[in-house]
Amino acid sequence: MSDDDSVRTRAERGPERRGAATDNMSDRTMDAEQPEREPERGERGGLVPGIFKGLATTARAMVTPSHTAEYPDVLPDLPPRSRGTIALLEENCTSCMLCARECPDWCIYIDSHKETLPATTEGGRERQRNVLDRFGIDFSLCMYCGICIEVCPFDALFWSPEFEYAETDIRDMLHEKDRLGEWMATVPPPPALDPGAADAAEVTALSKPVRPGRATPPAGRP
Amino acid sequence: MSLLEVVVRSVVVLAAFLVLPLLVGQTEHKVMAHMQGRLGPMYAGGFHGWAQLVADGVKFAQKEDVTPREADRWVFRLAPAVSLVAYLVALSVLPLTSGVVGADVGAGVLFVLAAMAVGILGPLMAGWASANKYSLLGGMRAAAQLLSYELPMVLAAASVALAAGTLSLSGIVEQWHPLWLVWQLPGAVVFLVAAVAELQRVPFDMPMADSEIVFGPLTEYTGLRFAFFLLAEYAGIVVMSLLFTVLFLGGWQGPFAAALGWLWTLVKASAVAFVVIWFRVAWPRLREDQLQRLAWLVLVPLGLAQLAITGVWVVLTT
Repeated sequence: MSDDDSVRTRAERGPERRGAATDNMSDRTMDAEQPEREPERGERGGLVPGIFKGLATTARAMVTPSHTAEYPDVLPDLPPRSRGTIALLEENCTSCMLCARECPDWCIYIDSHKETLPATTEGGRERQRNVLDRFGIDFSLCMYCGICIEVCPFDALFWSPEFEYAETDIRDMLHEKDRLGEWMATVPPPPALDPGAADAAEVTALSKPVRPGRATPPAGRP
Repeated sequence: MSLLEVVVRSVVVLAAFLVLPLLVGQTEHKVMAHMQGRLGPMYAGGFHGWAQLVADGVKFAQKEDVTPREADRWVFRLAPAVSLVAYLVALSVLPLTSGVVGADVGAGVLFVLAAMAVGILGPLMAGWASANKYSLLGGMRAAAQLLSYELPMVLAAASVALAAGTLSLSGIVEQWHPLWLVWQLPGAVVFLVAAVAELQRVPFDMPMADSEIVFGPLTEYTGLRFAFFLLAEYAGIVVMSLLFTVLFLGGWQGPFAAALGWLWTLVKASAVAFVVIWFRVAWPRLREDQLQRLAWLVLVPLGLAQLAITGVWVVLTT
């Protein structure tokens, strides 16, 4: 019974609902078009306006400069945050391995060893530091997520808009630190802050008004 | 006319026949591209792809010349030549400027229309001989279309000939007066529309409608024979533009006609060719029945009315 009812009501309501929807739509289009199109339709009738509109449109397109990007001849004007490739500033890298561990597809290869530095003062302690032997990114695996750049605590990795490093063999896509270092030259300076953006954290910290000491507690409070 | 003169005239006409269609084709490449917000060919030849059609020609010459096994071999192979030669013959009698014409024919209007009517046989033969249903359909469409549009075209041309009182193309230009632009306007519109239909170009390209019947009569053609058909199409634009210029736009008439007559003819013809290209970019294809309706219910009555107006005018003024 209930099945029957629901079927019947749906069948009855269907056309009504559809009718209402089309009414709404036609109302809307009429409202949108009326101010512009109605007088035109009255002036010239039938087939003629459409035909000449077509001619006018194509003529206008002809005298408008085209937006074709002539890529190999003219290099594209890429936005500053383009994710072209990943550049390495070797001096900043401490071989902490954070990037390699965070990489979702494990495409970063890092080898390093420890070096012992002699004490700088008499009787001082010897220090140890990491020396980077190998830093490779396999761009055939990399998915350009940028997590390595985000996690690097010492700003050793950067996005570069350079994108012309295609190879004919997928095995040649593993680039070592010398190649990654060359790309540092193509890294653009960080873009200026947007107008109205909050100041950088350092600036905010410095420009905080000096807080007076709590020598005299405010009156009226226990 | 000495033999040498005949040879020189033939060579000049042939040279024009081979160069002007390429110019129109290149213009179409670039104009169509810019009308569609593209750049068109940019590499061939170095400067804005000026040699694109030369490169296309080289490509076509390298391709294999295939004749389908079931095809009517001789008709199939002859068809491109038929459509090409007809326009060559028509071009030879079109005057460039006063006294400069490949061959001065007394009844030039008649001759040109007759020569172009022969060219119509090309697609018909190709469609019939290809042993392909799409080709056959295209050939049938071409036959129906070209027959329908021959009539309004002849009517419009007859009106001009009547107004000028001569069938000679040079004579018509001599008699031309700027006022013709006004009182021959319906005839000019009829002629232009019929010319585009004769050339089987958009919006009247049903015989080759590539979204319906592959490529109509040209479906089975490859290599040079296909290139000849394409050349015939652009040669057709050249011939039609020149003919329209001579009949309706006063040919070489204009400022400094004595010295710059040839330039006037070419400029006017280029403008007409540009309009033909423009139509192609701007308008969609008509349906087959709309095409016939347009020919018989609009163009033929208009052409007849123009002929009547011209006749009355000529009788009243002479």
